Amino acid sequence: MRTININFDFMKWHKNAIYVSSLLIFLSLFSLFTKGLNYGVDFKGGTIIEIGFQKDAPIEDIRGFLKENNYAKSSVQYFGSNKDILIRIPNIITADEATLSNTLVADLNNNYDFSLKRVEYVGAQVGEELRDQGIMAALIALFLIMIYIALRFEYRFSVGAILALLHDVFLIIGIFSITQIEFNLSVFAAILAVIGYSLNDTIVVFDRIRENFKSAVLENVDTTMIMNESINQTLSRTLITSLTTLLVLISLIIFGGEILFGFAFALIAGVIVGTYSSVYIASSTLLLMNISVKDVVIEIDDDKP
Amino acid sequence: MKTLSFKKILVLFIVVFSILYSLPTFVNTVPTWLTSMNAQKMNLGLDLKGGVHFLMEVDLDEVVSGKFKKFSNDIRSQLRKDKIRYNNFNNNLSEINIEFNDSSSYEAAEDLIKNSYQETFELTRTGNKMKVIISSKSLDDIRIAAIKQNTTTLRNRVNELGVAEPIVQQSGKTRIVVELPGIKDTTRAKEIIGATATLEFKMVDEDSDPYATDNISINSKLYYDDSGQPVLLKRNVILTGENVVDANSNLDRNGRAAVNITLDGPGAKRFANITDDNIGKLMAVLFIESKSEQRIVNGVSKRITKKYEKIISLATIQERLSKSFQITGLDSTKEARDLALYLRAGSMAAPMYIVEERTIGPSLGAENIEKGKISVIIGLLLVLMFMVYYYRVFGLFANTALILNILIIVSVMSLIPGATLTLPGIAGIVLTVGMAVDANVLIFERIKEEVANGSTPLASIELGYKKAFSTILDANITTLIASIILFIFGTGPIKGFAVTLSIGVMSSMFTAIVVTRILADLTYENNLHKKTNKINI
Repeated sequence: MRTININFDFMKWHKNAIYVSSLLIFLSLFSLFTKGLNYGVDFKGGTIIEIGFQKDAPIEDIRGFLKENNYAKSSVQYFGSNKDILIRIPNIITADEATLSNTLVADLNNNYDFSLKRVEYVGAQVGEELRDQGIMAALIALFLIMIYIALRFEYRFSVGAILALLHDVFLIIGIFSITQIEFNLSVFAAILAVIGYSLNDTIVVFDRIRENFKSAVLENVDTTMIMNESINQTLSRTLITSLTTLLVLISLIIFGGEILFGFAFALIAGVIVGTYSSVYIASSTLLLMNISVKDVVIEIDDDKP
Repeated sequence: MKTLSFKKILVLFIVVFSILYSLPTFVNTVPTWLTSMNAQKMNLGLDLKGGVHFLMEVDLDEVVSGKFKKFSNDIRSQLRKDKIRYNNFNNNLSEINIEFNDSSSYEAAEDLIKNSYQETFELTRTGNKMKVIISSKSLDDIRIAAIKQNTTTLRNRVNELGVAEPIVQQSGKTRIVVELPGIKDTTRAKEIIGATATLEFKMVDEDSDPYATDNISINSKLYYDDSGQPVLLKRNVILTGENVVDANSNLDRNGRAAVNITLDGPGAKRFANITDDNIGKLMAVLFIESKSEQRIVNGVSKRITKKYEKIISLATIQERLSKSFQITGLDSTKEARDLALYLRAGSMAAPMYIVEERTIGPSLGAENIEKGKISVIIGLLLVLMFMVYYYRVFGLFANTALILNILIIVSVMSLIPGATLTLPGIAGIVLTVGMAVDANVLIFERIKEEVANGSTPLASIELGYKKAFSTILDANITTLIASIILFIFGTGPIKGFAVTLSIGVMSSMFTAIVVTRILADLTYENNLHKKTNKINI
């Protein structure tokens, strides 16, 4: 039998974990307020044009061309390889934004030989709406999950789970702010998936805590000890699942191409942070809120008719 | 044993079903009996097959203010016709204020408006002043009708583009989604879906002097023709594009671009009467186009719809015209062709503009499919290898479940009408592969614990599955909540991610719990007969 048998005193470190997490969240928020996020066109509005060349793209020439032709605010970068480039143009109010890409592509076509791979144009208003909708969706998801956990467990569990989730979300957004990797719709989808994933972990640990609380009813055992035991019992599962998920995500970040990079990156960060938070943040919250064997026992008694 | 055999039959059915229905996606040629069972390839999203997605905003304020202007003119002329006297008539595009001389005129006007328009307006009385506003119900009606008409017209135009399986549908209260798979010329597409061109026929006001600009009758409006000469046209419209049932472009006898127009019944009748009465007089054909522009007004960006009107033809009526006739005077054959198309497709009730565009070239679509495929395969192989290494025989059970899970996702995706596979959708499948084994990991770890506690193999399996069940359920339901929210709020490709993730979560619960259990039971029942009391996990 291959087993991961660690008997680690996790809860001994729970105060330190809270300090570390608080510091990381502070750093995330600080970066968010100073540097902000590098929003993609989805949220900011604007136009992006991806074009592919047969051989290395003449990126300097194209930069010069755009400058000469009054697309001064645009930026040009390689995208994925030296053969593909991505042109970003912010929304220029008063110009007819929606046909801007056609004019530019037609202009470029007169001078260079390339194939048009992708155009995305998002009007400023739509960008704003997508952002509002996203925030709304995340809040509703958190709220519904909180209710579900409160119904299935006890309210303190749901506070623990939500704090762990918020912790994960802030850290991931923080990482995107610090690295300035583009924050677009698929990154947002990844964050919601992380919410689901990290919750998975938290629930597995909580389930064990509850189960062990129940079987500890008659003995007079220490709450912290039970928590430690529960975390250790579920640790091998937590690590294995994180590992298999990381395996597929690594495959996705390497082979999935440039478009899915941000998505895969957010999920990898989320799996790592989520694994940590379900061990430390969720359980630490329970300890801080003075949950004890008694609370779960009373709940069981209430359930009986 | 009986319940188990029912489960076995169910599992067998699902295995056969998912293999059959995922087959068309994986192989190129399938037997016809399979196709006749509605088995088909998965629908691919625009990001995988290439194409354009447009989101159009319909300028409904413009429709409402246009309608209001018309109502206001109608009310004023009716008041005049019925000789109801008023001191002041003032229309500020959202309300009309009329001041009457006395109470009896007010009441006469009230009766008139209520009789002719029923519930269209809400009237408020202050003394002898009347405030007229459009009721909120009629406002809604106007908006709904406008967006419906635009959608229909847009659909007609898109059909003229000759794209396979285009989508044109209303999205929310003020928007229309247009999806054109496989289209290459997006400039042309934008031109055709964005244009609002139509025609109006008007009589030339030959009684007034067009050069005396300060003395124009209120029933006429000044225009300039191609050569810059001023022309006075009567405000009264004889005919609009709405009366056109068919239009075709061709060349006239002199080789100039022309459009052949066929009118509907009422249009033909009116046109015949008017042309009959006005033989020898000048008639003008106006080409009208609305363009939406962004302007900065007082520091705030605003959309403004500008109307461009151009006299394309100014001709003396030679004879009585009726159902079909020809107009000339267009700049080019292309202009004639486009005008014919717009007239055929019907008129737009409101100007529209593009607020979102996503174009994926065909090469990028193919590239995306290739990348998606590779990442699924490599990710899957890594997980399969790890599971066999770590859980041995039980790893094989989990792997069987995992592969079945993918087949189920693919077959369900190809069966649900309207479900499309997108690049984020493939990412959802990849993620499902990683997460689906979680249920098995939970179960297997439990079994190990039970074995370590000294339970017999069969009892360990039994307890492992039993104890892990509620945890698996809780964990998956919460993931499902997140993905359903994503489905409701997400758009396009993101919806695709939510779809594959939700299907994957649900089917993984089934495969990980039921299928692996059957495999484990089958294997270890036999082993126990041979008195083996070790399980390989």
